[in-house]
Amino acid sequence: MNTPSNLRFAASHEWVRLDGDIATVGISDHAQAELTDVVFVELPAMGRSVDAGDPTAVVESVKAASDIYAPIGGEVVEVNPEVEADPSLVNTDPYGKGWIFKLQVKSAADVDTLMDAAAYEAQIG
Amino acid sequence: MPVQYTAIIEEHTAVRTACGIFDISHMGQIIVTGANAASWLNRMLTNDVADLGVGQGQYTLLLNERGGVIDDLIAYRSGKAAFFLVVNASMIDEDFAWLEGHLDDGVTLTNESDHWAGMAVQGPKAVEVFSKVFPDEILPPRNGIAAMADGGIVCRTGYTGEDGFEFFSPAGEGIAYWDRFVAAGAKPCALGSRDTLRLEMGYPLNGNDLSPDRSPIEAGLGFFCDLDKGDFMGRETLAHQKANGPALKLTAIRYLDKGPPPRAHYPVASADGVVIGELSSGALSPSLMAGIGMAYLPADFATIGTHLQIEVRGKFFPAVVVKKPFYKPAHSI
Repeated sequence: MNTPSNLRFAASHEWVRLDGDIATVGISDHAQAELTDVVFVELPAMGRSVDAGDPTAVVESVKAASDIYAPIGGEVVEVNPEVEADPSLVNTDPYGKGWIFKLQVKSAADVDTLMDAAAYEAQIG
Repeated sequence: MPVQYTAIIEEHTAVRTACGIFDISHMGQIIVTGANAASWLNRMLTNDVADLGVGQGQYTLLLNERGGVIDDLIAYRSGKAAFFLVVNASMIDEDFAWLEGHLDDGVTLTNESDHWAGMAVQGPKAVEVFSKVFPDEILPPRNGIAAMADGGIVCRTGYTGEDGFEFFSPAGEGIAYWDRFVAAGAKPCALGSRDTLRLEMGYPLNGNDLSPDRSPIEAGLGFFCDLDKGDFMGRETLAHQKANGPALKLTAIRYLDKGPPPRAHYPVASADGVVIGELSSGALSPSLMAGIGMAYLPADFATIGTHLQIEVRGKFFPAVVVKKPFYKPAHSI
């Protein structure tokens, strides 16, 4: 299982990459492997303000619909139209083309509340 | 059985194009024997067992007094006065108690559910897999049942729309047979693909699409109810609904565009947005790559071509009433 060391992770399996005050969010390789066959991604509305833990997007496999939670608080400033058109990108490239939304974060320091790669790997065993 | 061994679409595709194997050991087997077995079963079940020669089977339903569905099952005539009923796992105890409560003289009922392991081997290559494992045996014809030399029972039926068979062995030998079928080319498949495969065929799932409050006429299963064979449990309701047309019909619905996979309990609305029912089953069809589902809808909305909407998390997705099955297998027997 691939867990890039430059990312932070939420216990609910989202990853975050912080560039300045912009946080890119997707789901981990472990999460996509558990879901299998992602067939639909529901993106959040642009400009929506979310708190850490708010259901923000939905990723669906044939098996089930799964909420994707905002790992940290912020405002949705970009969504990925490519995963809407081709949801399988979440499976094939979870840390690259499979990103889901970007947040302008309220406080960049919030990212420190999330797990680093080693802690996340320990969580998923 | 888990939801998936590998991934639902992969398992689904294996059954549609090659061969898959499902562990159906959880299903129930009830044996009915005795001089009055046939006449008694005909009063308990909707289809006419008099149509069955020895070695033949039929899809049939067990109803309550109101004509509601307790269970759907396959009844095989395994001997002149012996029947082998294959019932849904969750209903074994209820079916058995209901049958026992209505038992007649000259009929013996045995619950053999714990004695049998079962596996459904399904797909265009199922016959090839069978002959690799049993080179000296031949499969019975469609809906047929046969006793095997090694003590197993094989039934030419399934829940996928593909050719295939259900094989029952003494419980302790189940794993060994599973391994032999897998070695012969059957891919292990689980509940997720079992559900998408049966839904593409429009086959009902008891508990979702069938219930004690809905009749087989409402479920579109009138073909399996013989109203002319004499009286049977629930017949009066069925005759009334058949004569007058049922108020509700289990309706096949397909998305017109891409959308989130429809799922059971999602609201179904008319084209102008009035909620008229909810999905009893729903899925993304892996063969069609389109959302499909079934719902009990007022008969006015059940005509093929009627435009509807399915509500998913507050948004409405356009859909249309279609004919069952949603998907026609290329290889069905």
